[in-house]
Amino acid sequence: MSAPLLHVSHVTKVFGGPKPVTALQDVSLVIPGEPATITTVVGESGSGKSTLANAILGFLVPTSGRILFAGRDVATLRGREWLAYRRQVQAVFQDPFSVYNPFYRVRHVFDTVIRRFELAHSRREAQRMVGEALEVVGLRPELLDKYPHQLSGGQRQRLMMARAYLIKPRLIVADEPVSMIDASLRALILGILLRLRDEEQISFLYITHDLSTAYQVSDEILVLYRGRVVESGDAQKVIERPEHPYTRLLISSVPVPDPRVRWEVGRMPEDLDVD
Amino acid sequence: MSSVTLDEVVPEMVSAGGWRTSPWLNAKFLVGLLLVGLIVALGLVGRLVWDTDLARVGSAPLNMPPFWVTGGSLAHPLGTENSGRDLLALLIVGSPATLRIGVIVGIVSIVLGTLLGFTSGFLGGWVDAVVRTLADATLTIPSLAILIVISSYVRQLDVNTMALIVSLFSWAGPTRLIRSQVLSLREQGYVRMARLSGLSSFDIMFREMMPNLLPYLAASFVGHASAGILAAVGLEALGLGPQRVPTLGMTIYFALQSSAIIRGMWWWWGFPTLVLVVIFVGFFLITVGLDEVANPKMRRAR
Amino acid sequence: MKSSHAHDAEPVLAVRDLQVMYATAHRGVLAVRGVSFEVRREETLGLVGESGSGKSTTAMAVLRLLSPPGRVVGGEVRLQGLDLLRIPERDLRRVRWRQISLVPQGAMNSLNPVMRIGDQIRDAIEAHEGHQPPGRLRSRVSELLETVRLDAGVARMFPHELSGGMKQRVCIAMAIALNPALVIADEPTSALDVVVQRAVAQTLLTVKRQLGMSMVLIGHDMGLQAQMVDRVAVMYRGHIVEIGPVLRVFEQPVHPYTQHLIASVPSLRARQPLRAAPSLDPEEVRFEVGRLEEVGPEHFAAVGRREG
Repeated sequence: MSAPLLHVSHVTKVFGGPKPVTALQDVSLVIPGEPATITTVVGESGSGKSTLANAILGFLVPTSGRILFAGRDVATLRGREWLAYRRQVQAVFQDPFSVYNPFYRVRHVFDTVIRRFELAHSRREAQRMVGEALEVVGLRPELLDKYPHQLSGGQRQRLMMARAYLIKPRLIVADEPVSMIDASLRALILGILLRLRDEEQISFLYITHDLSTAYQVSDEILVLYRGRVVESGDAQKVIERPEHPYTRLLISSVPVPDPRVRWEVGRMPEDLDVD
Repeated sequence: MSSVTLDEVVPEMVSAGGWRTSPWLNAKFLVGLLLVGLIVALGLVGRLVWDTDLARVGSAPLNMPPFWVTGGSLAHPLGTENSGRDLLALLIVGSPATLRIGVIVGIVSIVLGTLLGFTSGFLGGWVDAVVRTLADATLTIPSLAILIVISSYVRQLDVNTMALIVSLFSWAGPTRLIRSQVLSLREQGYVRMARLSGLSSFDIMFREMMPNLLPYLAASFVGHASAGILAAVGLEALGLGPQRVPTLGMTIYFALQSSAIIRGMWWWWGFPTLVLVVIFVGFFLITVGLDEVANPKMRRAR
Repeated sequence: MKSSHAHDAEPVLAVRDLQVMYATAHRGVLAVRGVSFEVRREETLGLVGESGSGKSTTAMAVLRLLSPPGRVVGGEVRLQGLDLLRIPERDLRRVRWRQISLVPQGAMNSLNPVMRIGDQIRDAIEAHEGHQPPGRLRSRVSELLETVRLDAGVARMFPHELSGGMKQRVCIAMAIALNPALVIADEPTSALDVVVQRAVAQTLLTVKRQLGMSMVLIGHDMGLQAQMVDRVAVMYRGHIVEIGPVLRVFEQPVHPYTQHLIASVPSLRARQPLRAAPSLDPEEVRFEVGRLEEVGPEHFAAVGRREG
């Protein structure tokens, strides 16, 4: 059994202020070193899923607990090690527009990482790499010279995935990558996720509130509710044989696209006491 | 009621940007540029077509009114003042001097404001606390009073020194303003991406954030240049300006000193004032025009 | 689009050949290109489509709430016989909210943050009915809150004290305050979590049944549509490409775009094998829009041959 790629160990995060908020409470998860997997964290708003993503990406430090990447505590990385971490762990975010600097053409996104991570040693090599990344996501090179507002949301999101692919990280944190994309394009983007896992051995931490997409792409699922993990395990098992009442509630609330199978009349969420 | 933006409804309609719809081509901006341009031309072209030696004392008959008033002549179309200086020549020599003060003050304000505002806004922590406190303190100082004191102590005052003195207090405002812009830009998605790309703080500040602030910085520059000129004119009108250079403000000072108002020599203080008004209105329009560029009110531009 | 023999009453809303254009400096684009549909008494019609389909624009056009540069350039909209597009603004204001109301997109975020909920509901009522005696108004507000299954105490709260689902239910309460015949709900649950979405969706249906209203539900989620509507209309690039009873459209979708939309909903019941990577950029695929023709009982699809 190889060392885990990512080990989130009993992480708690409390945000201070007049009324302290516990965003994460004793959360643990493990992403194995091999084979590449897609681990999904499912949670609604207030579950702490974004806080978890930010902690793993190094944007905030846990109040207690540790986040270990390939055995090293992320909070202790500095300088060159920090840059190396950045190279190994990348992200795709929810809003495909705000992640682009409106001042530059979209090629800026690639040029920046090629330069910073020294991914190519010549212009030609850089061009070839970018071309290949675009092919993986199904985009034409002509799009590189456009400005962000000239592309559609789906194209922008795919471009971000191409950027992540270019860096060839070991782990990509995908925080709601398709929730702002049209339904008919979601399969396309999730398909890219699967291909990157299978062909490039890139693992994913997929964060979403949408159980259906989680079911389709995940190997493992963790269900987060109010900062705690209430259920975890093999994706198929969690969805098909859920144990925790909250998981069951989540699953039964997903609207099935079949008019013959309608929701049972449920209780109001405020009435529920799931702790 | 909520409105539906073009982007949401018809994605393919978003324009590829064309010069005809460019936000830079708005009327206020262009008219402002034109006005300021006129004054710049006055200085540049004027010295080629008019003899600037006429700005020296004793180069013309005294106290002549403009040419359309009896007693005036086309040899001195805007009249002369009581030491024999030709008004038109005074304007041609004085306008660039005054503008230069504005430019220097504007540059110092923006450069200092950018450096301090960016570092304190982006880095936060104690750097921010120090810069913010200093800026706030400076803002509360009655700058004109201090400037008067300083100017009266400096013996030999030239235009550049004048400008630098006025700039002493002008950095605080831009620092605060730019800092708050940086604070809001810091939360943008692309700043997060830049961090993920391993960019250094310097790179993030000046390569990613600053280009998006350019219209704002430009407007700030123009605004502070304008304020700088106003402060300078204020000092000059009290006689605290460069004695040897006939800036617009100094000309007004001499006019007031020589009781030009009572003597009815309106042209002496009137024309410099007119040029100043054109400058201020021009700068103001440019600022307002740039504000339209900086504010993404035109959704199509996003 | 013919009204079926099975329904005797006149439709509550009849839209015929509606066209909306967005005009800019260089060109004008038709965002809505000749859309026709009906909403019958006590029925829920779903208007489903992706971005660029024109569904929200259609809703705004019906209520004449389009902001420039959008404007209606053709068609008619009849609400219980009244042509909404042609009556003067003054009369329209009386019709809005009393006979037809709207829960706009992102409504819960447009609640006034510095006013209590009860006051906002009261304002909405008074804006359309004129001044009311305060006692009577208070009890109406309480009744409304109860109808949307909120505690009466919510009236004293501020928006930030409420959760997303509760705020959305407040917006629904405002929309039904004057007991309109038709409510248009534009993406009423889009920003909500799935559990809350279900609660709000069910509230909407309960309210509608209780008050005997008709509803137009605009959205992009086929799953939600399947759960909530009686008939569904699928919009694509300004056209209605399929319309019919919800069961028929889901069981036997005729137009390729409808099939594509239904297939795009990931299933929670079976894991599907990954579809082969497309050689063509799927965003560049365009679906054909033919003439609407009848493909089943009350079921129409835009697959007919276009003339000219």
